Amino acid sequence: MTSVQSHLSASFAAHLADAQVAVEIETPEMTLNIGPQHPSTHGVFRLIAKVDGERVTEVEPVLGYMHRGYEKLCEVRTYAQVTALVNRLDWLSGYCNEIPFILSAEKLMGIEAPPRVQYIRTILSELARQATFLVFLGSFGIELGALTPFFHTMRDREKVLDLLESVTGGRFHPNFNRVGGILDDLPPGFVEECAAVMDDVDKMCDQVDALLFGNDIFRERTLGVGVIPLDKGLEYGVSGANIRASGCAADVRRDEPYLVYDEVDFDVVTDTRGDAFARAYCRLQETRESTRIVRQCLKALPSGPIMAKVPKVIQVPPGEVYVRAENPLGEMGYYLVSRGGRIPYRVKVRTASFNNVSVLPWLLEGVFMPDLIAILGSLYFILGDVDR
Amino acid sequence: MDWVDYLIRSVVAVVVFAAILGTCTLLVWFERRGAAWMQVRVGPNKAGPFGLLQTVADAVKLLTKEVFVPDSADPLVYRIAPLLSLLPAFLALTIVPFGPGFHIGDRYVPMQIADLNIGILWLLCMSSIAVYGYILAGWSSGSKYPLLGAVRQSAQVISYELVMSLAIIPVVIWAGTLSTSGIVEAQSRYHWYVVPLIVPAIAFFVSGIAETNRPPFDLVEAESELVAGAITEYGGVRFMMFFLAEYTNIITISAITTTLFLGGWNGPILFGTIAGWSVVPLWGLFWFLLKTGVLLFVFIWVRVSLPRLRYDQLMTFGWKIMIGVNVAVVLAVSFVIALMEQGALPMFWAPPGR
Repeated sequence: MTSVQSHLSASFAAHLADAQVAVEIETPEMTLNIGPQHPSTHGVFRLIAKVDGERVTEVEPVLGYMHRGYEKLCEVRTYAQVTALVNRLDWLSGYCNEIPFILSAEKLMGIEAPPRVQYIRTILSELARQATFLVFLGSFGIELGALTPFFHTMRDREKVLDLLESVTGGRFHPNFNRVGGILDDLPPGFVEECAAVMDDVDKMCDQVDALLFGNDIFRERTLGVGVIPLDKGLEYGVSGANIRASGCAADVRRDEPYLVYDEVDFDVVTDTRGDAFARAYCRLQETRESTRIVRQCLKALPSGPIMAKVPKVIQVPPGEVYVRAENPLGEMGYYLVSRGGRIPYRVKVRTASFNNVSVLPWLLEGVFMPDLIAILGSLYFILGDVDR
Repeated sequence: MDWVDYLIRSVVAVVVFAAILGTCTLLVWFERRGAAWMQVRVGPNKAGPFGLLQTVADAVKLLTKEVFVPDSADPLVYRIAPLLSLLPAFLALTIVPFGPGFHIGDRYVPMQIADLNIGILWLLCMSSIAVYGYILAGWSSGSKYPLLGAVRQSAQVISYELVMSLAIIPVVIWAGTLSTSGIVEAQSRYHWYVVPLIVPAIAFFVSGIAETNRPPFDLVEAESELVAGAITEYGGVRFMMFFLAEYTNIITISAITTTLFLGGWNGPILFGTIAGWSVVPLWGLFWFLLKTGVLLFVFIWVRVSLPRLRYDQLMTFGWKIMIGVNVAVVLAVSFVIALMEQGALPMFWAPPGR
């Protein structure tokens, strides 16, 4: 070894010793409890995050603060009563939760609801979808620090909820479906009113598109943030707009049409970027598709009875069935087991949010604290839907 | 200076202090109503006419709340932090010339608390000290969200202070003085610096928004991330001090922007010649308040319109864009001024006396 080399290695050793000191004085990670009371977790969701400065190194979601035992409660309720329970799973789109349950009961009983009922159910489902997405478009802005869009989208959501209320009497929890039909017909003047509101919703979408999604800061904050690759998303069972944003054109409304989704014309919106922006943008486009569906249904709305011929006492024959539907938050499925009689033997609910948040520990590793909030917001889960 | 002059200065100081407190109250109301107006809401409209007394009611509420120190907090630092935030905020305002001075008899009454010869440096000093308020608040609270807020604050304010100083330098070079009233004098005859120095003007205002932790740079109290940031653990009168400091800082930034770039208390061209503002000092005050008011509205407008930046984006924006551009502007302005003084360039936007 020449003297130069030995001198170099000595200086390397000195540097190494310095580096060692630097490692020793490195601060430990801080454990940060995000939630259960935190403004951005939409209820009582808790994340135990290990943070190194602003960077999140590890996340453990803690669920169950909202567990209400609905699946068990369903086993001691009659079929008519269960709809009141399932309304409260994803509380923003209560109406949509009723649909797959009622359809599974009808399937077991071999009843098909009259066409007018199918159309009205489709319209109301889509209205609930719009109301849910309008909340998302506003609250996602709030999570990124933009307060204003929230008030504007909530104003138009109110119009949609007014429509739902005019038909069902309830804004959030309509409890409007019965096995074989619906409670009541549409009120007079509904078709015109609904068409007008659809125009408002479309206008709102345009505004959100231009003012929020077109904002440079918004794009900086969301593009490339929280990318879910398609294979990871499928592994975790992510569904709804979250997986469509990753490039998978999975939409139960088109893949396994229920209600009258096979008779209306709509696009399954997909994106290939898989980031927070793509997820939000998919929801925006789906709101537009939703108004398109409602307009078509309003135009094609047939007349006829609003109740199929059903026995006075609903008794479901023994059997088991799994019915799934495309809810605003993703795919919702009911696995219904009946042993005959007036109450279900077992109801297993597959809720979209539960699977959607399961991707969080993988997704949130190594992100910045503000990105964590953006990702939570873009996944769009409802705690009632996670914990049931 | 005899005792009468000192008395005059003291009266001016008290008047300014009272006016700032009043303006803060009004500003909070204006912000809430203005934001409500832009957000299809109503806003506070119950207490007093148009809800004007809402802020007063809030202040009374905060003043009568229990004054407490959390168990995990460092008691002394926790108590000092709000004062460290509020005092520099008020002190920074002392250099703002609100209007032209006038004479009562042979006594000169300045519309400025202190016309320091270091002038604008005083602002930078005070805003540097004000950082400690938030940092110590976050650190002493003994809680995690405030700590994160404090860390953000230190990095953010130090970076943007640099931008702010760099944005001030071209003005100082052009005016040839650090004194704020001197800078306003230099902008008389409608030579407002916003015209030749539009880039530093924007840079100063933007870094001012960042210095005051207002959206879109409100990372320190990003409510969707850090609950309330550095001041999460504060309540009652101590919270009010931080709140007051924030709004005083907003007023300061608007007032200094007016002073440095918008001609201070100089009126617009036509009006100035017709009404003869120079003989009526209150006109100067009027123009000053009007310009400051417009800037205050911009603060609110920006807050309502824009989402929040991410921490690293804020740093990138500050260090890579703002500082780079401003260093270039400082060099360019120095070069131009040097050329003009050599006679190689005609005196463009000539300051009086040059």
